Amino acid sequence: MSCRRKTGHLDILRVENLNVEVSGRTVLKDVSFSIPEGEVHVLFGPNGSGKSTLIKTILGFPGYKVLSGSITFKGEEITDMPTDERVKLGIGVAFQNPPAVMGVKLGDLLKEMTRDGEEAERRISTLLKELNFPRNFLTRDVNLGFSGGEIKKSEILQVLAQDVDLMILDEPDSGVDVENLQVIGEVLSRRLKGKSALLITHLGYILRYVDADVAHVLIDGRIACSGSALKILGQILKEGYRWCEKCPRVKGLRCEGFP
Amino acid sequence: MSPKTKLVLGRYSREAKEWPSCPLSLLPEEILRRSMDVGVVSDEGERAATYLQIDHSVVLQAVQEAFKGKIEVMSTREALERYSWLKDYWWKLVRADADDYTRLADSLWDQGYFIRVFEGEKVILPLQSCLFMSTENINQNVHNVVIAEPRSEAHIITGCTVHPNVHSGLHVGVSEFYVKEGAKLTFTMIHSWAPEVEVRPRSAALIGDDATFISNYISLKPVKSLQMYPTAYCRGEDSRVSFNSILYGVGESKIDVGAKVVLQGEGSRGEVVSRAVATDKAQIYVRGFLLGEREESRAHLECRGLLLSDEAMIHAIPELLAKVKGAELSHEAAVGKIAEDQILYLMARGFSREEAESLIVRGFMDVSILGLPERLSRDIKRMIDATTLGAL
Repeated sequence: MSCRRKTGHLDILRVENLNVEVSGRTVLKDVSFSIPEGEVHVLFGPNGSGKSTLIKTILGFPGYKVLSGSITFKGEEITDMPTDERVKLGIGVAFQNPPAVMGVKLGDLLKEMTRDGEEAERRISTLLKELNFPRNFLTRDVNLGFSGGEIKKSEILQVLAQDVDLMILDEPDSGVDVENLQVIGEVLSRRLKGKSALLITHLGYILRYVDADVAHVLIDGRIACSGSALKILGQILKEGYRWCEKCPRVKGLRCEGFP
Repeated sequence: MSPKTKLVLGRYSREAKEWPSCPLSLLPEEILRRSMDVGVVSDEGERAATYLQIDHSVVLQAVQEAFKGKIEVMSTREALERYSWLKDYWWKLVRADADDYTRLADSLWDQGYFIRVFEGEKVILPLQSCLFMSTENINQNVHNVVIAEPRSEAHIITGCTVHPNVHSGLHVGVSEFYVKEGAKLTFTMIHSWAPEVEVRPRSAALIGDDATFISNYISLKPVKSLQMYPTAYCRGEDSRVSFNSILYGVGESKIDVGAKVVLQGEGSRGEVVSRAVATDKAQIYVRGFLLGEREESRAHLECRGLLLSDEAMIHAIPELLAKVKGAELSHEAAVGKIAEDQILYLMARGFSREEAESLIVRGFMDVSILGLPERLSRDIKRMIDATTLGAL
């Protein structure tokens, strides 16, 4: 089955009938969706609905056991691939709550990560300016003592420096003050144009800046609804997630056209 | 020599060939290479002065022309002959009868360096010394004295190591540091031993008014047993001491390293910071003792240990003793394995598990705690990188 949408491109990411167990509990249930190349998708869902589990499963973190189903990235099945190999294929994640890594300087991490010398250095310099992120953060330990906004900027900086084919941004708008949200929003608005991305957001603030094509709503580990990002956001803001639970088109929309 | 001292000396030999004086550039290549591994720079022009001792022989003691009259470097034997006043600094901070090893160094004394930085002189280039053991199973007992005269500033790098063919030996190093009023002395000691070498440094420092002593210690290679517990007496008003160590325990090394800070002057400050990594079957004890004897004094102890193997061990033993109110002493210690969430985080940036671990370990052994000038810092970081990259 090939999923073609407005761009007419092949899917960069396809998740099919994914069932995932964490600590003996099935957290993701029959999750299917796909992101065609060049589209920005949004994943909505209340707390505890399985959004972070889905990201960690896509990354292949241990402890996220795929019971059935598959994950395909750029046409290659990655369901059983080690994390670093998936990442090398071109997946990058900006985490919601990354750990602090004492002793590892952000600058050193970026240098080791990019490994292509001057070009990467230029890219990082530009990104620092765009994100209004002071250069001295490069000499600080990764995430150690960073504020909420600084963590988001550092994550976005890293994932943009990685120059990946699919960006997954986990709640880039949570815990960020208005000014920083604007900076982050504007950077993402520019940088996500024409790119493939999966944006996880709880409150949808980031969608004031980023044009998303399609939204999926995850409720209790299931994709309850998929459709136009703006329409779904509007309904969620109006009625909360109850609206999705009522949605008659719970399934069957995934690879068909959207209203 | 007392029967007990004989027992300590045990099977180690006192026989060593005499080495003639020679510049670094003419040293046998393997000796030079090993020296460079512990921070020695072969271009003597990059150092204000150089002292090199191989086994029991002083091979080089040279002060660069531009620094003559500002610093003095010579063997302690020569210095004691030249300066009668030096006996007031000899076995005064470390007692000759403190333990079996000091007694051994007292009865069988094999030179060591005397370094004096003259009053008011700020020496921009580091001074270097190297204590080298080139004979298998040898015992080397050095006794060093360093005097930083008032308002002087200097940085000394000391590397202690063995010839690649030497696997066993006993190195005893007594060092007495006198940092006089307003002076700043940074002492960085890098050790690189062999799996059957026993090492017993015995050091103490006396720090005067407004003076600062920074003592850095780095040990990255296997050693049979290493035990040291240097003491700094912050006797002067507003005197400062900082002990920093980076320890990498590998193989079956037994490492027991601590630092004692005695706050005796009003406004004196002390800091003991250590980073210990234990892998294989290494056992590392990291100690610290802060003693507050004076009001308005303050000291802090920070020990972090990282365990890379289930058969390794790290035991952090911080001690605080306040004898007067108004002495502020604090400590933090954390020992554990690499956190899995940190590894996964780095793997999500494209690093393999091994690369992620290596990155964390290298970062953990953070050279910035040493407060060294950039170039030296870079050199030491390179040594650490080479050690951990090889090991992981």
